[in-house]
Amino acid sequence: MDFELSTEQKLILETVRRFVREEIVPLEADLDPDASELPPHHRERLVAMTKELGFYGLDIPAEYGGPGIDLTTRTLMAFEMAQHRAGLYAPCYGVFGGAGLAQLYEADDDQKERYLYPVLRGEKRGFFALTEPSGGSDPARAIRTTAVRDGDDWILDGEKTFISGADKADFGIVFARTDPELGRKGITCFLVDTDMPGFRVRRIVHTLRSTHYAAELEFNRVRVPGRNVLGEVNQGFAIANDRLSRNRIPYAAGCVGVALKAQEMAIAYAKTRKTFGDYLSTRQAVQWMIVDNEIDLRTARALTLEAAARADAGKPFRTEAAICKLVASEGASRVVDRAMQIHGGYGMTKDLPLERWFRELRIRRVGEGPNEIQRLIVARDVIGGSFH
Amino acid sequence: MTGVRLAKPWLNLDEAAIAALPGQLGVYEIADANGGTLELGFAGGRSRFGLRSAIAEAAAKHEAAARFRYEVTMQYWSRFEELLAVYLADHGELPPGNADRGEQRVGRLGAGRIAVQGR
Repeated sequence: MDFELSTEQKLILETVRRFVREEIVPLEADLDPDASELPPHHRERLVAMTKELGFYGLDIPAEYGGPGIDLTTRTLMAFEMAQHRAGLYAPCYGVFGGAGLAQLYEADDDQKERYLYPVLRGEKRGFFALTEPSGGSDPARAIRTTAVRDGDDWILDGEKTFISGADKADFGIVFARTDPELGRKGITCFLVDTDMPGFRVRRIVHTLRSTHYAAELEFNRVRVPGRNVLGEVNQGFAIANDRLSRNRIPYAAGCVGVALKAQEMAIAYAKTRKTFGDYLSTRQAVQWMIVDNEIDLRTARALTLEAAARADAGKPFRTEAAICKLVASEGASRVVDRAMQIHGGYGMTKDLPLERWFRELRIRRVGEGPNEIQRLIVARDVIGGSFH
Repeated sequence: MTGVRLAKPWLNLDEAAIAALPGQLGVYEIADANGGTLELGFAGGRSRFGLRSAIAEAAAKHEAAARFRYEVTMQYWSRFEELLAVYLADHGELPPGNADRGEQRVGRLGAGRIAVQGR
């Protein structure tokens, strides 16, 4: 695989790198170390800059006004965009714009008018609700939320958990079982407004991420009109599954990005900190940590780019996406851990971003499918579905 | 609505009580003599002396401040957001010290859509 960057890619990456270092990082000196949002005046100023650069709405398809950047270039950009304190979960604090919920691009025209376009205009927020208390790793079997047809409507009953953004959203993409006999082929996807009677945010779930939390949701006889079925009845799992595979690539790229920055910090510190009369960088124990970091980084970076390139080429990429997600999340965790070790006591403090990355990277080994599920996906692909 | 309220004992707001506060991170509530909440807040990673300095600074902004309570937590930001959501669900509005949220939404706990500040 040829990883030589084109002239255009080099220019884009240089621009993004400069943007992160000159516009984002300086702001973080005044923000709370766990902040995930910018003050509005800074946000507006920086959004205007990304629009001027032609980079706003990176993940929006070109036919909906996005810049039409391929996934490989987008992945390279994600490496750069994550290289700041909030970069893992809030790369550049969202000033490059978001895609909204990718499933909405599969909506019909009426649904696009009611949900997709308001999201793209920043007027509505949505959430994605797949995981339930009965499990998230095997959603096709774990989904117990039911939807029963009642005339032209559907009646939803059940609960969801670990749902981000639901307490501040206007609507959600909610998966429910519509045929108990059909397993993964009995799941349907619904657009549920949060002011529909029977919808309730039960509680906030606090996690290692201080600024972003999840919520538990309850659906108690929520009446959803038939025109709010997203896609086909009983075909909802395909919508969920497509998102799960594709999301693993930028998910991995974010891990690589913070690890790149942690490695840069570790090397810089090792070359300035002296112990017993000489720099840490002269100590073999520290050198080997830096070398191990480099091996983890290069492995994760190459595998993530490989997955992106396959997706761009229209080739199957499920296995590659699973591998890059697990290698990047585990490798980046080790890199940040070693960088903290090299920094000693300072590495534990909120003065540096390392402790935040350490906490957030732990979540990356579970989010978007635990790494055990990634291994299961790879095992199915390389051994065969039935394992014999 | 089952959001978790700040159920800690109230303390009188005086110098001795402030001086005895821990330097850890966490959330707090400042109230007037009648128990009316004036402000919910948090001592974050940039606070100079954690809850001690954050509560002292917040109390100084409210002439009517008479008592306070706090909770030590490393999840200070999400806990703060939760307390705002609980307060909004209970009272239909935010405490005066938190009223200016700009365009930031406050989470909704319980059923129905609660009026959101700044929308």
